[in-house]
Amino acid sequence: MSHFGSYDDRAANFSWSIAEKELEYTPGGVINIGWYCTDRICENGSGDKKALIWEGTGAQSKSYTYNELRVATNTIGAFLRNLGIQPEDRVCLFMDRIPELYLGFLGVLKIGAVAQPLFSAFGEESLFVRLDDARTRAIITQRKHVGKIRKIIDQMPYLEFIIIVDHDRKKELREREIPFWLDDARPVEMLDVHPTKAESPSVLHYTSGTTGRPKGVQHVHYSLISQYLTTKWVLDIQENDIYWCTADPGWVTGTSYGIIGPFAMGATQCVQDIGFSAENWYRWIEKQKVTVWYSAPTAIRSLMKAGDAIVKKFDLSSLRHLASVGEPLNAEAVIWSQRVYGLPFHDTYWQTETGSIVISNFPGMKIKPGSMGRAFPGVTSAILDLKSYEPITEPGRVGLIALRPDWPALMRGYWKNPETYAKKFVNGWYLPGDRSSIDKEGYFWFAGRDDDIINTAGHLVSPFEVESALLEHPAVAESAVVAKPDDVNMEVVKAFVTLKPGFEPTDDLELDIMNFIRKKLSSLAMPQEIEYVESLPKTRSGKIMRRLLRAQEWGEEIGDVSTLEND
Amino acid sequence: MDEMKDVILKYVKNEYLEDEDQEIGYDTPLISGGIVDSFSMVSLKRFLENKYKISIPDDKATPEAFDSVTRIVVLVNQFVK
Repeated sequence: MSHFGSYDDRAANFSWSIAEKELEYTPGGVINIGWYCTDRICENGSGDKKALIWEGTGAQSKSYTYNELRVATNTIGAFLRNLGIQPEDRVCLFMDRIPELYLGFLGVLKIGAVAQPLFSAFGEESLFVRLDDARTRAIITQRKHVGKIRKIIDQMPYLEFIIIVDHDRKKELREREIPFWLDDARPVEMLDVHPTKAESPSVLHYTSGTTGRPKGVQHVHYSLISQYLTTKWVLDIQENDIYWCTADPGWVTGTSYGIIGPFAMGATQCVQDIGFSAENWYRWIEKQKVTVWYSAPTAIRSLMKAGDAIVKKFDLSSLRHLASVGEPLNAEAVIWSQRVYGLPFHDTYWQTETGSIVISNFPGMKIKPGSMGRAFPGVTSAILDLKSYEPITEPGRVGLIALRPDWPALMRGYWKNPETYAKKFVNGWYLPGDRSSIDKEGYFWFAGRDDDIINTAGHLVSPFEVESALLEHPAVAESAVVAKPDDVNMEVVKAFVTLKPGFEPTDDLELDIMNFIRKKLSSLAMPQEIEYVESLPKTRSGKIMRRLLRAQEWGEEIGDVSTLEND
Repeated sequence: MDEMKDVILKYVKNEYLEDEDQEIGYDTPLISGGIVDSFSMVSLKRFLENKYKISIPDDKATPEAFDSVTRIVVLVNQFVK
């Protein structure tokens, strides 16, 4: 029996107080995610229950009970507090998926500081703009990533502490670098958890925008209410489940549903810090006896590509419930998973700003392959006309997804960017920036982004950020970056460039430009294809018309070109 | 053959290794070891294609085929004339 039950019953009787009561939270009282994910589970008698099972490269493995999780997060919290980290200071977590990332995240929250997770594959430029924007005071990282920080440290006088969790005890540390070995630190049994309230800041995730710098999405401790309830109702985690969320906590799925939701429920989750291959993943499911699996369409399509035969080599019979997030899950993937695993993937829809799942296929509900599902009870939704912003009542007509901004996990702002934040709201609706239609039964059908942002493997990439970085390459005169369709990643980055005099459009130069972006920004932002052009299409006012290039890539109608400079 | 192995190993070390202290060899897992991610694999494939004047079909450019220098050499040799 699923936690969710009937959609109609849940929708008719919904109140967020359901989660508040289950979590024994009294409005106006103290609510600290770090405490809820560790101490509360122990106080309820589950201290000996396995919380985290981890495996890394080279056959490394570790596991933590809830009591060990509680003490380890206390220890990290106390260490940070002793350094002088204050409530609301930003502390960046810049690590691969090692235990310190998960424990550090909760340790930061316990002392009332703001956790700022960043994807460890970010290059120095991507890292710098996010640390600089947040005025981050401390960064917790690994030895392998220190080189990137050293390249930019001189530009960041506010970054006082670079905490290295795996220092080899040999190499000389530089100014501001501090070693911290969790296994050797004196365990802190008791920590005064900071009495954060509902609206106290908790997590600062960065997401890409169409123009300008990445935006810091501010969340608060009260987000726990919807993260807890969606974990319970959508992911359907139960007492004896082994849960595997494949997302990296550098992104929001990895924190909302890779840390907060499952730990607040007292679940056992497993984490693998090993690169993707179908064999690795299936072996992991078999070994850990994973029951609930939350993954992403790109991974699912990669598994489809690996074929059916490999599935039969492993015992995957432990799997009970599958869900997906990141980009729209195509119908073929749902049908395929039903055929090979005997279970369909349940698509879920949400984003960094929403903080928790807002539209979903719920356990037990009829799945329409290719649909995102229905709105979470308690989230009021509509489709708005693209021009008038009035709700569309006609089923099947595409418009903008709109949500009433009243669920607990919705962002509270963009860091130091109130103008951009205000633009996300129209006529009392929050607009995620995606287009969709709704059918007669209330199912959402994704139709595309409403802007130029590139969704590659579920990660958003700003064309502006890539274009700006391209211009720093010595050979590039001008650039335009668009999404290109891709069978596995849905979209990948494609760049059109014009070259400066003296440079030849060679294959080696293309590779050099690709690697330049990979190191500066990240592998996600690296153009998978570069097309050399003589000139870029521009408006008469000189603005590059990305949409023409995008239409060309997608085989779409070019549309109105009346403003084209050289038409 | 050995020369190709060394060229590829050197390229991987220079381009993808973040931890300068990490030692890698011909059989070090690159993809499953987290040294080269699936997106970066595209640039590694492009390097091989440029260097050895070959074209590797997408269906052959799998994480398994790119998981070590030794395996990459086997893959490249299928296409080198």
